[in-house]
Amino acid sequence: MKRALLLLPLALFLVLAVFLYRGLFLDPAELPSALIGKPFPEFSLPSVHDSARTLTAADLKGKPALVNVWATWCPTCKAEHQMLNQLAGQGVNIVGVNYKDDNAAARKWLKDFLDPYQLNIEDQVGSLGLNLGVYGAPETFLIDKDGIIRHKYVGAIDERVWREQLAPLYQELVDAR
Amino acid sequence: MKRLLSKRWLAGGLLGLTLSLGAHAAIDTYEFKDEGDRARYRLLTEELRCPKCQNQNIADSDAPIAMDLRREIHRMLGEGKSNDEIVDFLVARYGDFVRYNPPVNARTWLLWYGPWLLLGGGLGVLALIVLRRRRPAASGQAADLSAEERARLDQLLKNSAGQSSADHTKADK
Repeated sequence: MKRALLLLPLALFLVLAVFLYRGLFLDPAELPSALIGKPFPEFSLPSVHDSARTLTAADLKGKPALVNVWATWCPTCKAEHQMLNQLAGQGVNIVGVNYKDDNAAARKWLKDFLDPYQLNIEDQVGSLGLNLGVYGAPETFLIDKDGIIRHKYVGAIDERVWREQLAPLYQELVDAR
Repeated sequence: MKRLLSKRWLAGGLLGLTLSLGAHAAIDTYEFKDEGDRARYRLLTEELRCPKCQNQNIADSDAPIAMDLRREIHRMLGEGKSNDEIVDFLVARYGDFVRYNPPVNARTWLLWYGPWLLLGGGLGVLALIVLRRRRPAASGQAADLSAEERARLDQLLKNSAGQSSADHTKADK
């Protein structure tokens, strides 16, 4: 009994050490989305390419998609763009949300650096972004064929993020059709 | 003396300057329908946390998202929404994270009650130590001994007294 008590501080230390060690690998900037498992918010916004065309949440349904929030003022988006082009080449369905951006600059960007997006929603005042809980760019949501948000990734998608986080989930959603 | 005074004035002036700079970093010009709404706006923007710059509230942050959120809060106040409705609106989008005053639920239970648990544990250990220290002193009193034990104790004391006097006589020789 007495010996067990002597071990108590060691046990407490080990518990604390495990928590602190785990804390080393947590990114405090990465917030869990409050929207996981919820339907993609309703919206009615113009397309980047054609201001006369109105896109709504219904346009996102039918097949799983990566919904990528991007802007020309965001340097990280530039770094990510090449990867998105590559994924689009592999047949991944990517939808863009052009967040608080200038339409002309956005169109020029897509012409200069290629366009990986199947659809591109122009969210000039950030109303859709607000409803999505976006707090910067780039952010990427994974939605299923019914338009339910399944996953959110904050930051640039690179080879590793795609392979380890998004690809398995995306594949699962595609296979579930 | 004069130099000392001017130094004091300078120090005071500098202090005042830094204080006024820190008070409100972000200034918007919003119109409110009455003072009550203005007070609620201040309360809400100070109690809600900026999702981008995580150690600042919405009132203090210059991040674009904080500006958007201030605008949204102002809009909702204008629509006559209650404080709870406004907070719920933001929590539905950004999660409990945006509240500097998080609700008690399964995920925040440890946050709210953990310190009390630790305090209770500490008091428990302290009580244990104090009680332990006290007990040997109490049991040391002769009253706790049975008649048999007392007889044996007397015997032992007598023996050792005899022994030590014997030692003395030896040493004297």
